[in-house]
Amino acid sequence: MRPVIPRADPSPSRLRYRLERMRLTPGYRRLTRLGLPLLVVAGVAGGYLYDADRRANIADRIAEIRRQIETRPEFMVHLIELEGASAGVQEDIHEIFPYDLPASSFDFDMAALREMIEGLPAVARAELRIRQGGVLRVAVTERVPVTLWRTRHGFEVLDISGAAIATVEARTTHADLPVLAGSGADLAVPQALDILASATALKRPLRGLVRMGERRWDLVLGDGRRVRLPEREPVRAVERVIVLDRASDLLERDLVSIDMRLSTRPTVRMSEHATEEWWRITRASGLPAISSGTETR
Amino acid sequence: MIELYESQRAMRAMRKAAIQRGVVAVLDVGTSKISCLVLRFDGTGRFAAAEEVGRMAGQAGFRVIGAATTRSRGVRLGEIEAMAETERAIRTAVQAAQKMAQIRVDHVIACFSGARPRSYGLAGEVDITGQTVTENDISRVLSACDVPDIGEEREVLHAQPVNFALDHRSGLIDPRGQIGNWLATDMHMLTVDGVAVQNLAHCVKRCDMELAGVGSSAYVSGIAALVEDEQELGAACIDLGGGSAGLSIFIKKHMIYADCVRIGGDHVTSDISMGLQVPQATAERIKTFYGGVVATGMDDREMIETGGETGDYEHDRRKVSRAELIGIMRPRVEEILEEVRARLDAAGFDHLPSQQIVLTGGGSQIPGLDGLASRILGQRVRLGRPLRVHGLPQAATGPAFASAVGMCLFAANPQDEWWDFDIPVDRYPARSLRRAVKWFKDNW
Repeated sequence: MRPVIPRADPSPSRLRYRLERMRLTPGYRRLTRLGLPLLVVAGVAGGYLYDADRRANIADRIAEIRRQIETRPEFMVHLIELEGASAGVQEDIHEIFPYDLPASSFDFDMAALREMIEGLPAVARAELRIRQGGVLRVAVTERVPVTLWRTRHGFEVLDISGAAIATVEARTTHADLPVLAGSGADLAVPQALDILASATALKRPLRGLVRMGERRWDLVLGDGRRVRLPEREPVRAVERVIVLDRASDLLERDLVSIDMRLSTRPTVRMSEHATEEWWRITRASGLPAISSGTETR
Repeated sequence: MIELYESQRAMRAMRKAAIQRGVVAVLDVGTSKISCLVLRFDGTGRFAAAEEVGRMAGQAGFRVIGAATTRSRGVRLGEIEAMAETERAIRTAVQAAQKMAQIRVDHVIACFSGARPRSYGLAGEVDITGQTVTENDISRVLSACDVPDIGEEREVLHAQPVNFALDHRSGLIDPRGQIGNWLATDMHMLTVDGVAVQNLAHCVKRCDMELAGVGSSAYVSGIAALVEDEQELGAACIDLGGGSAGLSIFIKKHMIYADCVRIGGDHVTSDISMGLQVPQATAERIKTFYGGVVATGMDDREMIETGGETGDYEHDRRKVSRAELIGIMRPRVEEILEEVRARLDAAGFDHLPSQQIVLTGGGSQIPGLDGLASRILGQRVRLGRPLRVHGLPQAATGPAFASAVGMCLFAANPQDEWWDFDIPVDRYPARSLRRAVKWFKDNW
């Protein structure tokens, strides 16, 4: 009646022992706990996305959701508010504005828009901002016309930096602005303005300034007489002309031009009639004749 | 002794590597049970005092994260007898401990109790080369110890410098840096049968692990069961195991003697089995539940059913009184203790200043053993339980686990051994490559 209970050996077999040890290896545990689930997820996702139709479908749906969000009224721009722009510039901006309002602010490329507006000749700087309530606010700083530049094609209106703002046909359109001429005149507008400001003290009508050889100025008076100014310190030269005029009524005399290019030796050219008159007087009075038509101080 | 250096240092390097990796297993291969603890070293205080003689590798801060015990098979008298059986038992214990720890263990430190340990006291002396004692002087004095003939097929398990003497001063722990002319040392060397170590190494290797250290069970249970003052002042630890009773004598925190009596709890069980005509398993159960060594009048009336499965009613319904059981157990326990007494006397234990005796191991749980032991061994006997270590399960805190816990301490705080010091330079073989490397290291 003795019950026979076969006692199983509790010890694991070599294979089971080794398997157990392998399962307890940190690398293996990491692999099963992290690597395999990742692999399964990646496999499922990859298998689903293998079909091109499904991919396109998903892309469409994402685009649709994106469009829905972008076209929400909170993100729409209805209005452009221009600040600091004259009527003409306003018209120009409205003309070049590339978007049809109302448009989503997500579509706006603000940097490009700003570049575009600053590309207008009359605009110096522009600041763009989308304000609450769907308003695109554009703060424009315009260029200030300071002078006219006469070229072959007509008159160009320049600002202080020499940038052309507009082209006008007639001098009378901007009668208040001084005129510059000669190639390269637009590169030295501030100097020209300085010269003109000091030349007002001559109290004579001025026709304008001519840039000679892209390096120095000729001051042209109202009766066509020229004052040739040096490359350096032209304002000082103008002041010397003023002083000479005050002292010896220089400009009252019959001259064609005054050459101030050499500061140590200002030179005048007399008109033909004055020269002949001079010769006649000197011959009559027996004074020695001067061969050339120049006079030195 | 170069080969000894090589093998022991290889094991030490392996142990260091295991501790660096943080996980090491401790295996106590006993006659009645095999227990495996998995330790995790969390790195606190590791290598803090690496330069010190007192605590060479000074690791501390470990935690038991896995523990498992299984019935031992194939081990007799503390020695591996059937390799395959033992291997399976080790596998069971290791697998269960690994499962509890949830980590794989590759290095194992093992201890066993048998293999006829033999203690030797070694002495060496040397003249110091410089003014002060240097590391090299210590290496020299250690290698100047005259090694006795330990016999064929024996291996050194422990070789620990116990004492240093400098000129006329003795009892130094760390003589380095002290000024003197003449340095002497006393060393304790423990040898065991080499075959036992090889068998153990083979079993561990068959379990896909590497043996990173071997300890003597008597020594490690002494570390675990003796408290600090006992270790300092002198005490003997008697580990009453299943197949053998190990004894180790400590003084000044060093083991100075270790031996093993080849009688243990299994002999008590087989006595009961023979005396009561019951199977071994029943005898073990009766011993554990009802065993004792001091009979009282009450024990005559307490009847124990021995049971049986023969089908014979008379045979299966036998009863024995507890007094009878005690009458069987007591002579054997007395025999063990007397044998221990003889070994202690041979070792000169009665010359020690303090003669504390601590009983530990599974056998120390017999009720009334302390009374019997004090009659045989001397008045100062106490029952010792192992030190409490971090994370040890409640089931593994009993005295039967003294050597397992001791192995943990041994792994965490190893005492200096001979091979922890460098081989003195003049002992290197001439034109050795290592010498050249050392020259480079010293000069660059």
